[in-house]
Amino acid sequence: MKAVISVTGKDTVGIIAKVSAICAESGANIVDISQSVLKEYFAMIMLTEIDELKIPFTEFVDKLANLGKENALDIHTMHEEIFSAMHKI
Amino acid sequence: MLETSDILETINMIRDENLDIRTITMGISLLDCVSDSEDVLCRKIYDKITKKAENLVKTGCDIEKEYGIPIVNKRVSVTPVSLVGGNLSKEGFIRVAETLDKAAKATGINFIGGFSALVHKGITPAEARLISAIPEALKRTDYVCSSVNVATTKAGINMDAIALMGKTIKETAYLTRDNNSIGCAKLVVFANAPEDNPFMAGAFHGVGEPDCVINVGVSGPGVVSSAIARAGDCNLSELAEIIKKTAFKITRMGQLVASLAADRLGAPFGIVDLSLAPTPAIGDSVARILENMGLEICGGHGTTAALAMLNDAVKKGGVMASSHVGGLSGAFIPVSEDEGMIAAVEKGSLTLEKLEAMTAVCSVGLDMIAVPGDTSEEVICGIIADEISIGVANTKTTAVRVIPAYGKTVGDKVDFGGLLGYAPIMSLNTSSPAKFIHRGGRIPAPIHSLKN
Repeated sequence: MKAVISVTGKDTVGIIAKVSAICAESGANIVDISQSVLKEYFAMIMLTEIDELKIPFTEFVDKLANLGKENALDIHTMHEEIFSAMHKI
Repeated sequence: MLETSDILETINMIRDENLDIRTITMGISLLDCVSDSEDVLCRKIYDKITKKAENLVKTGCDIEKEYGIPIVNKRVSVTPVSLVGGNLSKEGFIRVAETLDKAAKATGINFIGGFSALVHKGITPAEARLISAIPEALKRTDYVCSSVNVATTKAGINMDAIALMGKTIKETAYLTRDNNSIGCAKLVVFANAPEDNPFMAGAFHGVGEPDCVINVGVSGPGVVSSAIARAGDCNLSELAEIIKKTAFKITRMGQLVASLAADRLGAPFGIVDLSLAPTPAIGDSVARILENMGLEICGGHGTTAALAMLNDAVKKGGVMASSHVGGLSGAFIPVSEDEGMIAAVEKGSLTLEKLEAMTAVCSVGLDMIAVPGDTSEEVICGIIADEISIGVANTKTTAVRVIPAYGKTVGDKVDFGGLLGYAPIMSLNTSSPAKFIHRGGRIPAPIHSLKN
């Protein structure tokens, strides 16, 4: 199963590192990253493999959301299925 | 691989445009709870609901978190209580209502529907006792919702039942007078009531349904409204396409959540209800969609046409996105639950008569409408009879949820709190239909040929 992590907010140093660190310690394997910075606005979409997750998925969601709060970023972690359902026939 | 723009679109819909799953409703049959003892019946009902719906709220919350989709309500609908309580007295029915309330509180759900009777062709003694118990039952409970089906296209309109409901609504308003007559907000009078409706207050679990089933109601007026606003000056054909595409996406999300919930709860998936259900929040209004389509204020001339197109496009888009569609499926226009409708009533643009016309082309009917507390029983019956005829003649579901707010008059407001919202008291035509209503009997089923 895959999960999509979206990160948006003001660009600062080390955003990807912080998100990746949580993925690594939770056992989520990063399979794809797309990232862009428009003016000072940072937007990243990370696709992760969550089959080997060491903690419950909901806890993983909370961890990333908290990281977002601490760094004034908006971080959403959702199952990939929701996007496939909405955008693919 | 997913497109970044698709991912951002979904997140934007949820975060900024109030996209949500309005309700996961578990339908539970109570037919196997029947007993000749009131005690046994109540115990069986309580046990069955608390067992079947034990994990409903938790499952809803888990899906909400994992998929990042808000699921606003978790609810239960049960077999119409009049069918399982054939030998109960009025007090016995009230006790069943209290049992339902207790079970709802134990499972943590928001509402439980099914304190209902189906009397479109005639009223059995048990149904008469249940209807007489409605005001007291709604007074004594917090989460119980009640509905009565008084007409179908095949059976015609039971005017005796409508007369009874006028009286019941007035009495409910009086008994819950200390709380803005809120009991009436949990009481619906139906024509052609669907058996698989997940939305309250009219949900009940029909006899044609399985033992337990999961029905889901989606929402998303905010998403449709924003998509229309973004479309700019396109023509109506293009606008219909945009609404269809948006409805498709919303419904796909509903279908996904419905199948996940059904799977995890071990119950079959029933239907997705393709409704645009507004809330009192800014940016979650059906009236604002109509205004974004080009009306100055909702309620003005052109409103019915805009609503008809919206309703049709939502269904066309949604129907392909779900394997089974049912329930009420259409745009809701509840006055107190829609910020734009409230504003339109306050500006004097939206009247009861226009609302009635609008209900001919969209879902449900005259919904959450507050009228003066001194409105006569017969006028309420007249409002019901008019609305019900629209449903019967057009082979569609219509309903009336009207609140004659005790002690309030035109110019006042009533606030029900939460999703039920607040409503300005609407003025109405007070000329009396008493003689017509008191004739009683049935209005015969309409002819469905020689259409005009």
